Amino acid sequence: MSTFTRRDFLVVTATAAGGLVASAYFPVRARAAATATHGSAAVLGAFVRVEPDGTVVIGARGAEIGQGVITSLPMLIAEEMDADWSRVRVEQLPLGIEASPKPPGIRPRFGAQGAGGSTNIPEAWNELRQVGAQVRWRLASAAAQRWGVKQGEIRVENGSLSVSGGRRTAHFGEVAADAAKLSPPEGELPLKPASAWRIVGKPQRTVDAGEIVTGRLRYGLDVREPGMLTAVVARCPYFGGDVASVNDAKARAIPGVRKIVRLPATPADQPLLHGLAAGVAVVADDTWTALKARDALEIEWKPGPGAKDSTAALEERCVAATKRAGAQVRNDGDVEAAQAGAKRTLDVTYVVPFLAHATMEPQNAFVKLEKDRALVIAPTQSPGQANKVVHELTGIPRLNIEVQLPRAGGGFGRRGETDAIAEATLIAKQAGAPVKLVWTREDDLRNDFYRPFGAHRMRGALAENGELASWWHTTVGTPIAWRARDMEQAPPWMGLVDEDGMPAGLVPNYRSEFTAAEFQRMRGWWRGPVHTFAAFATQSFVDEMAHLAVRDPVEFRLALLGEPRELPYDGHGAKVLDTGRLANVLRIAAEKIGWKQARPAGRGVGVAAHLVFGGYTAHAFEVSVADGALRIHRCVCAVDVGQPVNPLGLEAQILGGTLDGVSAALHQEITVKDGRIEQGNFGDYRLLAMSEAPDVEVHVVPSTLAPAGAGEMGTPTAAPALANAIFAATGKRLRRMPFAPQLRA
Amino acid sequence: MAIRFALNERQVEWDGDPAMPLLWYLRDHAGLTGTKYGCGIGACGACTVHIDGGAQRACVMPVAGLEGKRVTTIEGVAQSDEGAAAAVREAWIELDVPQCGWCQAGQVMAAIDLLSRKPEPSDDDIASITNLCRCGTYPRIRAAIRRAAAARREGGA
Repeated sequence: MSTFTRRDFLVVTATAAGGLVASAYFPVRARAAATATHGSAAVLGAFVRVEPDGTVVIGARGAEIGQGVITSLPMLIAEEMDADWSRVRVEQLPLGIEASPKPPGIRPRFGAQGAGGSTNIPEAWNELRQVGAQVRWRLASAAAQRWGVKQGEIRVENGSLSVSGGRRTAHFGEVAADAAKLSPPEGELPLKPASAWRIVGKPQRTVDAGEIVTGRLRYGLDVREPGMLTAVVARCPYFGGDVASVNDAKARAIPGVRKIVRLPATPADQPLLHGLAAGVAVVADDTWTALKARDALEIEWKPGPGAKDSTAALEERCVAATKRAGAQVRNDGDVEAAQAGAKRTLDVTYVVPFLAHATMEPQNAFVKLEKDRALVIAPTQSPGQANKVVHELTGIPRLNIEVQLPRAGGGFGRRGETDAIAEATLIAKQAGAPVKLVWTREDDLRNDFYRPFGAHRMRGALAENGELASWWHTTVGTPIAWRARDMEQAPPWMGLVDEDGMPAGLVPNYRSEFTAAEFQRMRGWWRGPVHTFAAFATQSFVDEMAHLAVRDPVEFRLALLGEPRELPYDGHGAKVLDTGRLANVLRIAAEKIGWKQARPAGRGVGVAAHLVFGGYTAHAFEVSVADGALRIHRCVCAVDVGQPVNPLGLEAQILGGTLDGVSAALHQEITVKDGRIEQGNFGDYRLLAMSEAPDVEVHVVPSTLAPAGAGEMGTPTAAPALANAIFAATGKRLRRMPFAPQLRA
Repeated sequence: MAIRFALNERQVEWDGDPAMPLLWYLRDHAGLTGTKYGCGIGACGACTVHIDGGAQRACVMPVAGLEGKRVTTIEGVAQSDEGAAAAVREAWIELDVPQCGWCQAGQVMAAIDLLSRKPEPSDDDIASITNLCRCGTYPRIRAAIRRAAAARREGGA
């Protein structure tokens, strides 16, 4: 039982939130400082190169995992430098680090490059627009000098420069070499007003889509380097277990097998290698040979400390623990008195399962080690941590370790972990050759950092007038912080308790408390982490309380939110919860789905609304259930993300985020029996299929507020809105995910 | 004995392990990494290729079964400037379908196969595509298939 109090952890919380984004919390602004030449092209700062023909090459700094930053971040630079977007070529930057004299150490060259917590857009919003403004300043300054006019007389537009009145004109390529010799002034440059934007706020297509649909794009798993061998690993199926014995004679006899390497069990107190299973690696000429040889290994496993454990037992422990008091995360008023004194109360328990990330491209990493140099090519959300891990395992200086960032075939938080890179490094050290480590789907599903498991006991009471008088949320779950790198000081509820989420601050008597549950499997960050874990319970229970009060669930929520105002909010990604913005998206979703309209018998509509990392989301679903099969007739999602940077990409994230939420809600659950993960592939860990996926009607609130990141905000409200719709259609309240097996039952 | 088949209209032969799935032959031996690995059990379709013109899952297709067959990969259809392949590719880019993109080569191959068989696919025909997408691009995939069908109808291709 934890005795942590929340206030002790505010500072740590901020760091740990960034811990997902290894390089994100370097307190540095990406400044366009360096002047150099790159072939015949002029290099204008860290991000921009201009070819003599005027083609602008912009470096994309963020790890691209499908969230669209390879397009949206360069848009910010291009906008402020007034480039012609049709003549911009985007190149993915590798991890950029350099020596820092004061304080001595390593600092990032390009600012934050990781992906996690939906921070890319909010962090880049000013930083990268300033980078663009600096490039524009250099170009305009160079043109002014050449033409002997004041800089203020230079007009920069769509990749060209001119003197007012059009007396002299030049494209960027003609002045770029001169511009490269100039240094922009210190301090912030003025940015363009939104009314002058040509690129930002306008729909732009994914810059490398053409390479994707022709199969030309090289992902991490597609790497093929000279002298490279391919490795696969037979991992202990028991967490914390070990290899008792191995007979590799048959495997060695297979032609093309080059090396068989033992991977020892990782000590529990070794965060560097956290999550790495003990096992036996086969290093071979190609993937098929490695896989065949792995099958030919005869291994006896020594079970670990969780060998008898199961998720069924974990669920019993969690539910039982909800009957006891936990560590108080937030406590307003007096919930005990309010609950005891009320006539109408509810006391129900929700259960959320472990989830795997199941990125379509399984984990993989290419690692090449030389005497004092290393090359890593891997899909990662934590390039800075990848660099650090290789350094710590090999002693190679950090500045000599190059980390290339191929487009990742999905991330969803999984690639914030660097376990595959660490594993590949350990194998490459022993193999004496560059190694590409390949995980199969089974490896991937059984060695994940799972979205936490937990139970939510929800107690609520109504006042005489039908208003919500009390809300008592007891969470018991498996902490993400358990054995996690850089989270030793984090509160155990981090990533499981949405400390100030709705309805905190809206109910006079409110308590949120937490108890940690033990379980021998790694946990990690899953898309919209705390919010998918918590909002299923909170947004379903709001509905239950509305029905208890015999009030319309939309009206009930709007009354609860009350007047538009800002409530203090200490969670990641926002400083306040704006009740007006939340109510607005809820109203839009309800209106667009036709909340009040009459429907055929058997149809039901449900809503949910939530603040996710600075963005406001509401979902509305219309469903029916026949013969145990769910049919989603309509799905509406309203979002307020602030100023949209790329509306086409934003819509994609909301479509995809919504379907991700539906997929998990309907089908997904990782279970453990006798210490082993029961699921292994898409046959038993189902992803939503095309035939089940509804169209999603996305409505974006126009806004000029600084943008939030949209990669995660589509997911958390999908499950509760769906559950609320199923209740409306059938009268059946689903308090456990996944739903589909319960509907069939 | 070597196995001979046509790969993207070139004759190739393989005298290694005949049990090797086509997927790993393509990726590790033919340098064609556009065909993706996702599950290895024929469930996800990231490895969809065309064999004698029809969509097949390369991860469960041993090279031994390919003698005399015609294999076309995403790299093969990418060279085509007409017909279903071009219409699908253009629609995919126009509607900005890919997110992470890992499954998309397989989705494109499945869509080309569908449009080759059914130039005017119904909603049910489109829903019969079983390729999985973890990013949830299905709504845009459906729209892109309809758009590609319309483009071919209008273009007479």
